[in-house]
Parts: sequence; C-alpha cells; structure tokens
Amino acid sequence: MSFVEYSDLIRDGDVAIVYLGHESMMHVKVKQGAQTQTRYGVIRHSSDLIGRRYGSKVTCSKGGWVYVLHPTPELWTVTLPHRTQILYTTDIATITMMLELKPGCVVCESGTGSGSLSHAILRSVAPTGHLHTVEFHQQRAEKAAEEFKEHGVDGLVTVRNQDVCKDGFGVSGVADAVFLDIPSPWEAVRHAKAAMKRQGGRVCSFSPCIEQVQRTCEALAEEGFEEISTLEVLLRVHDVRTVYLPLPDFGADLSAQTDDDAAAPTETKPQTPVALKTTTLPREMQGHTGIRL
Amino acid sequence: MADNVDEDAPYRIKEEDYVVLKRGDIFKAVQIVPKKKVIFEKQWFFLDNAVGQLYGSTFDIVPGGTLQPRKPKDAESPADAKEAGTDNRNIQDDGKSQKLTRDDIENFKEQGLTDQQIIQQLVDNSSTFIGKTKYAQDKYIKKKKKKYENIVTILKPSCRILALMYHGREPGKICHLRYDTLAQMLTLANIHAGSKVLVFETCAGLLLGSVMERMGGYGSVIQMYPGGGPVRAGVESFGFPAHFHDTLHEFPVCHVNALLAGTLDTAPPKDASADSTQSDAAGEEEPDPPTTEPTSGPQEVKMETNSAADDVCDPEKEAREKRIEAKAEERKVKQEEKRKKLASAAALLEGRNADGLVIASRFHPCPVLMGMLKFLAPSRPFVVYSQYKEPLIECYTKLKEQGGAVNLRLADTWLRHYQVLPNRTHPVLLMSGGGGFLLSGTTVAADAPKPAGAQRAEGPAPKRLKVA
Repeated sequence: MSFVEYSDLIRDGDVAIVYLGHESMMHVKVKQGAQTQTRYGVIRHSSDLIGRRYGSKVTCSKGGWVYVLHPTPELWTVTLPHRTQILYTTDIATITMMLELKPGCVVCESGTGSGSLSHAILRSVAPTGHLHTVEFHQQRAEKAAEEFKEHGVDGLVTVRNQDVCKDGFGVSGVADAVFLDIPSPWEAVRHAKAAMKRQGGRVCSFSPCIEQVQRTCEALAEEGFEEISTLEVLLRVHDVRTVYLPLPDFGADLSAQTDDDAAAPTETKPQTPVALKTTTLPREMQGHTGIRL
Repeated sequence: MADNVDEDAPYRIKEEDYVVLKRGDIFKAVQIVPKKKVIFEKQWFFLDNAVGQLYGSTFDIVPGGTLQPRKPKDAESPADAKEAGTDNRNIQDDGKSQKLTRDDIENFKEQGLTDQQIIQQLVDNSSTFIGKTKYAQDKYIKKKKKKYENIVTILKPSCRILALMYHGREPGKICHLRYDTLAQMLTLANIHAGSKVLVFETCAGLLLGSVMERMGGYGSVIQMYPGGGPVRAGVESFGFPAHFHDTLHEFPVCHVNALLAGTLDTAPPKDASADSTQSDAAGEEEPDPPTTEPTSGPQEVKMETNSAADDVCDPEKEAREKRIEAKAEERKVKQEEKRKKLASAAALLEGRNADGLVIASRFHPCPVLMGMLKFLAPSRPFVVYSQYKEPLIECYTKLKEQGGAVNLRLADTWLRHYQVLPNRTHPVLLMSGGGGFLLSGTTVAADAPKPAGAQRAEGPAPKRLKVA
C-alpha cells in the first residue's frame, strides 16, 4: 500500500481508513493478530482485514458494520493525528492548482506540521518529483518522517529539522514551487527565492491574519516576485434532506363545484404536506481558515 | 556558456510551442508560428522574437508588430517624488483637467514616444494631478499604464492559467466551471500519476487536459464522449509532449450499455476471404487480434477484371477508378483504426476497475453518473460537477437509495480576491454560487439493496403532523 499508488487488497502493515458512518472515519494500522475497537464491535485484523479487498464491508463483533477504504491524502487529512492546526482539502486543492503541481515537480514546504499538505503534495508530484519539507520542532519532524515511511512515500520526501527563516530549505536552485505556512513568512521569502529554480517558479504563503499577508506581499514584491495575487476560498456544504411543507386550508373550494356533484362536499380532507427534496445550510458557514497569496 | 544554454532549454520558448499570452487579467492561448500575425487585445503582432526567450518574459510591442524583450526593472513610476495632496475636496471633476488632446497623444505615438514617456506627458499636463493624494496618483498612473502600455507576457500553459483564461473569456464553453471548483475536482478525485481515470466532460477539453496534466503521462485517461466524436480542442492548448497522447483513450457512451452487458463486439469485421471466427461475447474476452486479411486480394481481382474488360485503356477512367479505390482503402484504414481504439478502450473499461471518475457537462449528471460508476473499482473517488444544485440533489438521493457509495458530499466554494497594498488592503471580489456545485464520494463494494428502514437514518425524522 502506498499513499501515491492504489492497490486492491489489504495487507499486513498497511494503513487503512475505516468508515464508520457519515463524517466518522478513523485510520487503522493493519497488523497480523491485532484488533481494533469500534462502536460496532471489534475488528480482527487477521480475519476481517488482511486479504480482503479495499472497499469491502466488514461486520464487527457486535453485528454492526463498517467499510474499509484505501488511504488517500484526502482521507488522511480528516483522520490524521493532529500535532498542529492543519490544512483541509479545500485549501489544499487550491494550493495544488495555484502552485501548478504535477508529476516531476520539486517542492519546498515549511512548516511540515502534521503532514496534511505534505501527503497531498507527494501524491501530486509522484513518481518523479520530490518534496523538501522543513519543520523546526524536532518531535514533529521525526513523527512526520516516521509517517512518510509507514505510508510508502519516504523515497519522495526529505524532512529537515531546522528553522527555515534562518537556514532556508537546505537546497538551492531546484524548486518549481515553494509553500510557506509559518508565523513569519516574510522572513523566509529570500530563502524561498534561493531554493527556487533560476528560471522561475511559483510561491504560495498561507496566513490567517491580514497583517501577515500584507508583510509577506511586500517582501515578495521586494524580492522581485510578480503576479502576486491574494485569495481566500471557503467551502459551503449542502445538507440534502427531505422537508415537509404543509398546505394551508382555505376552506371548501366552492368555485370548483359542478352541477353534477350530488354529494355536497361540506368538509375538505386535510391535505398531506408536500415533500420537497432540497438542501439546507449550516447555521453558520465556516468563516475563515486563512488567506493564500 | 554552453552549459547554461542547455540547462535553460526546457524553459525557453520554441517554435510550434503552445503558449498563453497575458496582459493584466486577459489571457489568450496561441501557437508560436513564425511570420504569423497574432491578434491580442486589439493589437496585431508577430511572435517570432519570442523564440529563444524564457517563458514568463514580458515584451514590448513596438510599432510594426514585433516583440522586444522588456527589462524587468525598467518601470519606475513617473512623478514619484513629486508632491501630493491630502484629499479631494478641491478637485473638480469637470473633464477639463487634462490639457492634451486625443490628437496630441496620437502624435506622440507616431513620433515613437515610449508608453512611459506618454504617461509622463499626461501627468505633466494634468492640472489636478498634483492635488491628488499619493494613492490617487498611483491609481491614475496604473490606469494610464493599462491603457498605453503595449506589453505582453508569454506564459507556459498550465491548468491554472487555462482555467483562468476560459473562465474569463468563454465561461459558457466550460459550463461556467470556475477555476477554484476545478481545483477541488482534481484533488477530491485523487488524480495522480499511474491511475486509470474516466472523464466525461463538455468543457472544451479543459477538464480532460487538467486531468492529463496531473497524471504526467503515466497511467491512462479514458474520455467517455457523447455523440460522434470526442471534443477536446482545449487539450491542444496545454502543449503536452507527444507521448502523453498515448495515455489518452476514448469511448463513445452509446456503447456503454452493450459493454456492460457484455455484448459489445470489437473484433475485426468478418471478411469473405478471412477464416477467423468471432464470438459474440467479444466484449468480455480479449478482442481477437486483427488477422492479416488478404485485403489486397479482392482489390487485385477487381483491378484485373477492370483492365480485362477495357481492352482499350482509358487512362482518365483508370486514374479515377484508382482514386476511388484509394479512398475506399483510406476509409478502411480509418475504420480499422477506429475499431482498434474502441477495442483498446473497451479492454480498459470492461475490468470495471477504474480508479477515478470526473464528470462536468451540460448533460443531466444523474444518468451519466449512475451509468459510469459501474466501471469504478470499490474504494475509489468520484466527483460530479453541475452548474446547478438540483440535478446533484437527485444524484445524491439516488446514490443513497442504491448504496455503493459513502462520504457523499454536496458542496460549493466561495472565492474572494483581495487587493493587498500598504494602507489599501481590502477584499476586491467575492465569487459565490457562480462557480457551480460538486458532488463527491467514494465507491464501496456493492451491497444488496437496503431494507425499507435504513440502518442509519440521515437527517432528522419528519415532525409528527398535527391533525387539525
């Protein structure tokens, strides 16, 4: 199993995603002889997982069932253990397109954080690209490196434990794209430029605060970057449901009576409400993750 | 320095490259053809001088229509150091502040003044310029630059640039698929090198090209197309290397049902002189390899009889007959090619193990989705785009009834651009709802249809009705 290539069957050592229900998933490290507790009962890896096809329905000990899914960066993003605030798929998708990521690209990223974006980058640049990711927190850097190995992508990535604002990305003149998600991105802009290919490339910085965005834009302009654009993407999820709209009772409709009506309709039957399939929105739309430039 | 030139080669503009011209927010996709006039933003020019320059370079369009590379740090804003006012209380907007006339400006142009010089003239001859605030002066100069600068930037095509271009220029051609929505589709469908992706689109090939870009020439893409032939003009604009096209297949949707039923015959046609037998269930098995039929046989006979019949050789008649035969031969070759393509696409599809499905078209998405989902392996993503929400509500409902998909989500994205300038930062544009809607999900192993009382009800139960 690898996060950058599909396989059909679940194997010992895989990381699989267990789907429990709407908006409820968890990741599982598949191991011979191991067990996983869920609210529907126990999943026994040896009999229920190993050798089964990804996408299969698995019945748990209490009788309830789950589905086992092949890991993807998107599923990982919503099931990974958070060590930091992470980027979600909506922002990741926009970043991927704006940085023009594709197979073969060399990308520099800082900070690695919990590896949410990192996995998505690896998926997009495989099999011939590379990711240089920098994380100044030692344990987070180590955990990220561990996970990349477990997920079968360590050949595509180099993790460096250093401060990008002081020491840069550890490479120069090789990157097609650079991504910054750090508190003071303006301090890393010159390092981004140094890491990038001489012939040009794309830079993206993600910040929650407008002041950070302003300072970073200035720094980018000073370093000679062009076509600087700043945008924000918000996701709105629509909840599909059936609603029932009752109909008003205006009394008997006398104008509809014809001469043929022998029995005078003195009562109107209560009309059944109209069932309507529509979507509703959450009361509060997610306001803000960050601004990308 | 020979080394430098070699290193830069992949980043230099070459003849016959497909490029994108850019000025401000306007883009246009063209091909570099020497001595060919190109029109862009009301200007005619030749792209010859761009050859050999690095992608991303900006050029001046000089009178005559040739391009001249523009030095990056050329533009220092005119009237930078001069004084400025504090607000506009004394500025009259009477249209009389500019002393130069249209004719004056035309003269400047003919005299060959650069756009910088013309703008300087306009600034110097504006009675209100000095009274404007610094910000208003910047805005004024920016506006004049937009009008008088004859520049064009030449970019290497990419999904990002082409999506921006189509959305700005011809959104109707791409079903109003906004670029951020396209970005979501590509990521949600986990498009990556080495997978087998099905695409159904009527977006001029933009979606197809974007999928191909993300696959980098690895794996395979099968375009399912309605009608007589696949429409993919937009794919050309991406400028993919030739080998990318080896990964691109096509399959007409009119044969989907036959393929699913196993009755699609993609074997070579029966020929009178051929002794190979075909099975009707050719769709399920490996298509027979095309037998080496003696196609020359019947033709030879025909020619022999012709020449035998006309003892008096009429050269014109013979030539005409030869042409007719040549055309028939051509048609046969084309048909054979078409059959081979159909067979290879069918072979890829019939295993029902595709890795991803993306749909974006003017067709009702529901039947398209329900039909094509059958070709996907379990635990694989699919994404459907629609300009409108209601058809996707239908899809969602059908999928919930039928089963076979989890993580269903109907969503749209709001996009907001910001102007970021010192003391002048504010949102510029909010694009909401106009980008279309996406339904995404993941396939799972098909189940027996759910019993009437679903195990896990979604949403609140309907309120009990009060009887009057």
